Amino acid sequence: MKTKQPIDAFARDLPREVRESVYVSSKAKYDKRLDSLNQSYTAPDSIRKLAGQIKQHTLENLPTYLGSAVEQLEKNGAKVHFAKDGQEANETILEIMRGVGATKLIKSKSMVSEEIHLNPFLEKHGCESIESDLGEFIVQLDNDMPSHIVTPIVHKNRKQIATTFQKAGIGEDYNDDPQTITRRARSFLRQKYIEAEVGLTGGNFVSAESGRIALVTNEGNARFSISANKTHIALIGIEKVVPSDKDMAVLLNLLARSATGQQLTVYTQFINGPKAAKQPDGPENMHVIFLDNERSNILGSEFKEILRCIRCGACLNVCPIYRQSSGHAYRAVYPGPVGAVLSPLLAGKKYPDYADLPKASSLCGACNEVCPVDIPLPELLLRHRNKAKQEGIKKASAGTPSMAGWSVLCSSPAMWKTSLRAGKAMDYISLNLIPVPAVQAWAKERTLPPFRGGKFRQWFKEHKRNKEA
Amino acid sequence: MSQTERTTGTQVQLMMTCLCDTFFDSVAQATVEVLEHVGCNVEVPEAQTCCGQPAFNSGDWDSTRKVVRHTCKTFDARKPTILPSGSCAHMVAHGYDLAFEKEDDLGEVQTFSKSVWELCDFLVNGLGVERWPGRFDAKISLHRSCHTRGTQTYQSAVKLLSSIEGVELVEFDESEQCCGFGGTFSVAYPNTSVSMGKLKIEMLTASKPDIVGAVDMACMMHLSGIAQKQGRPLNKLHVAEILMKALRNGQKQ
Ligand code: SF4
Repeated sequence: MKTKQPIDAFARDLPREVRESVYVSSKAKYDKRLDSLNQSYTAPDSIRKLAGQIKQHTLENLPTYLGSAVEQLEKNGAKVHFAKDGQEANETILEIMRGVGATKLIKSKSMVSEEIHLNPFLEKHGCESIESDLGEFIVQLDNDMPSHIVTPIVHKNRKQIATTFQKAGIGEDYNDDPQTITRRARSFLRQKYIEAEVGLTGGNFVSAESGRIALVTNEGNARFSISANKTHIALIGIEKVVPSDKDMAVLLNLLARSATGQQLTVYTQFINGPKAAKQPDGPENMHVIFLDNERSNILGSEFKEILRCIRCGACLNVCPIYRQSSGHAYRAVYPGPVGAVLSPLLAGKKYPDYADLPKASSLCGACNEVCPVDIPLPELLLRHRNKAKQEGIKKASAGTPSMAGWSVLCSSPAMWKTSLRAGKAMDYISLNLIPVPAVQAWAKERTLPPFRGGKFRQWFKEHKRNKEA
Repeated sequence: MSQTERTTGTQVQLMMTCLCDTFFDSVAQATVEVLEHVGCNVEVPEAQTCCGQPAFNSGDWDSTRKVVRHTCKTFDARKPTILPSGSCAHMVAHGYDLAFEKEDDLGEVQTFSKSVWELCDFLVNGLGVERWPGRFDAKISLHRSCHTRGTQTYQSAVKLLSSIEGVELVEFDESEQCCGFGGTFSVAYPNTSVSMGKLKIEMLTASKPDIVGAVDMACMMHLSGIAQKQGRPLNKLHVAEILMKALRNGQKQ
């Protein structure tokens, strides 16, 4: 069907097998999440609310908590940097690498590094930057984009991956046996770990109390990425700070369960700082880069709750629109409901380019129901729609009928009643002939019920007369 | 909202919703009969039009406020206003707060929203109805209309229906998934919307129920519109209609 909305068009044209893999994996993750929460807690919903309050409280007092996190990190021996945007963050990373004479970097999975497009930047400056998360590695080999924040290649099947490996010359031949693929990736990446001079990770949470950074991965690559080299860089959004270590416990419990239905992510590490004098191993230098990239602006806006997000991906998995369209439909690093709220904001001046994203929702509220930090996603999507309307951004409202005339009709009872009578005409005209795009968009695959305007009002009058009689 | 803050009583007003005003008069009728059965005196203010949701969800909050102001004027906030629709009730309870957060008349609007109830929620939590009399022999798949999330509506509907003699509520997969309507979403995203609807119909009818039930005619209009076009009409009823039919069957016995 014709459509004016790019995400709807993307969904329409999505190859069947991609939709199938997105659907199957989303559904499985949704079910596992529910099971694991119900098994562990008698009232999962109250923990979700608590986690939301912890994050909201932190955001309301971010300067204080961020300040104390910095103080602790420095006390623990880390060097702390602030980056106002992606450009600054990229340059800081390059500078650190040059400072230690490094040209080879190994990366653990990090969505912020995707956000600032670190890989192409480093490559441009003659450095090698290798993804060590298997999914991200495949994305990198393909010059693709992750389509999910937790499982970056849900849109791919093993045959496609085998082809990618064959093209990249990883392994001797085409082989789509999952174990073989993993083994080949492993031996290739092990070498990269050893060769790398700098390891880069993200950071899921930072405790303001201790400066401790929590890092979770299921493949153990965060720990690998910082084991064999002398320099560790942690690139972290400023909103990842939490007040205390105890708070991290609440959030870690929810993160694992919400993301993958696990009790605990397979590798959950806490990093305090660089290698201490008495410790035998570990990076000698540790740099923490706190990234702003529009976050301070969001903090001061009507969208601030989105900064509670812990990137679990649960809202993607449950979202019926994401399930139909896949992550790539959202044209941005963060897809799904969280992306529909966040991506236009991260775009800064390019907000209008992404103003259609918030329309990718039936406002069903499933995302809010599963969100471990209780972000009112539908409300934020609505705020975006209103903002776009006020700023006159056409892209947002393409295909949505104008409501101006309707609101006049609905605030004038006389006109309303007249139209109830006039609406009768609809019974006699084939809907497809009405040259209103909205009606055509409805009627191609849906009938309208017979028009019965005003019938109830008549009935009620009679009903009342009969009762009084 | 806590129960104590909400306006209750048996002198009630019906907000029939624009969909029942234009297409589904039988649902509004059933709502009146159900309310009268539990001892309510029902008024239907003539000047009513729509709750304002279409404009609100489309992002046109100026237009929304115009309609909401008219609606608040039309109803008497001292009496409960009953709606046979989960999504309109949700609009009044949450949407009004959002659309008026920066307006001077937020207080008046909130006074009105506290008097508004979805029908099943009102029966169970407003009036304390525990069981529904009569009889209705049918296997029913009850769609969980999305806008009832976070409200008492769905549980209340389940409570009432399962207390009726002869009713068998059947479980189905993916009950958390939306029907795909979403107001203007259905025309702005026609492909996605219809695909969602087809999937929902599959889930709802997997166990071959006699009836697909709902607390919202918007979802039903969408689903039955698709089913009809596919040549497999949906046997659908609003919960109010089921309650009314149960009463009538009971009287016959
Ligand atoms: S918005 Fe909530 S559900 Fe979605 S990724 Fe973030 S934390 Fe998870």
